[in-house]
Amino acid sequence: MRLFKKKSTEILEGDLTPMIDMTFQLIAFFMLLINFSEVDRAEEILLPSSALAVPPVVRPDYQIILNLEPSGEVVFEGLKNDIDLLNPLLSRQVDAAAREGIRDPADIAVIIRSHKDTPTGIVQELIAKCQESELQSFSLRVKDRINP
Amino acid sequence: MQMSISDPEEIKINMTAMIDIVFQLLVFFIMTFKVVAMEGDFNIKMPLASESADSLDEELPDLITVRLDAGENGNISSITVDDSEILREATMFSDLTSIVEERLAAEGDPERTSETEVEFDIAYNLKYSYTVKAIAAVSGKVLPDGEGIKTLIKKVKFKDVGNGF
Repeated sequence: MRLFKKKSTEILEGDLTPMIDMTFQLIAFFMLLINFSEVDRAEEILLPSSALAVPPVVRPDYQIILNLEPSGEVVFEGLKNDIDLLNPLLSRQVDAAAREGIRDPADIAVIIRSHKDTPTGIVQELIAKCQESELQSFSLRVKDRINP
Repeated sequence: MQMSISDPEEIKINMTAMIDIVFQLLVFFIMTFKVVAMEGDFNIKMPLASESADSLDEELPDLITVRLDAGENGNISSITVDDSEILREATMFSDLTSIVEERLAAEGDPERTSETEVEFDIAYNLKYSYTVKAIAAVSGKVLPDGEGIKTLIKKVKFKDVGNGF
């Protein structure tokens, strides 16, 4: 008398299609939201917040993002620079903008992302330094606070 | 003669390698993903000193001067409006908004009020967050019950930098 049935040797295969679909959708989601922009290079900067700041709707034709640390160092294109040594970098940016058809430095948007604890005098020094390169349009970037 | 019909065999593609790489991609994107907070700007225009000298003949806008003084550790100690009204309380920023609102209401003409400027004279060591608070206080106020934002001053400038913004 046989006590046990002989086990089937067939391989059980689950349908992987929905999982692969879902995984691809997740990848597409994260790819669209990933941000390799310059902002990420200055994660240590904590912006002040305000409910009255205007969220940027249209990206300027040419923009320069200057991240200002409390120590007074400016993080620009991922590198730390002293404010007094910014002129050659800003001049290069003005030249680069001119090559892209923006001949008037006044049309270049300078976005200042300053740490909330930076002395305001240093922010003023940075603005004055930008003015030496004939830059005139400035934006003080802050964290948007929806509920004040 | 009987012809044998061969059974159509199911073609199976080995998906293991693809799933491996897809999961690696997924893990990479999850690890590098970071929720970025929404940001906004206080847009400012700072004409160069030479340009503003050219425009001296133009009618000067009404000007409100606001001085921000710093105490210890760069914290704000007082706000002085037009060298007369001194604000020291914890509500100094909302008081500043009220003063500016009253000044604009007194002027009456909406076209004139849109030309009114605020000049900030700020202590060197004052923390930037207080400067932003003061700029926000003169720029407008959030209406209660989520009714939106009331815009007050559109033009602000710093005293010691160029000719202002």
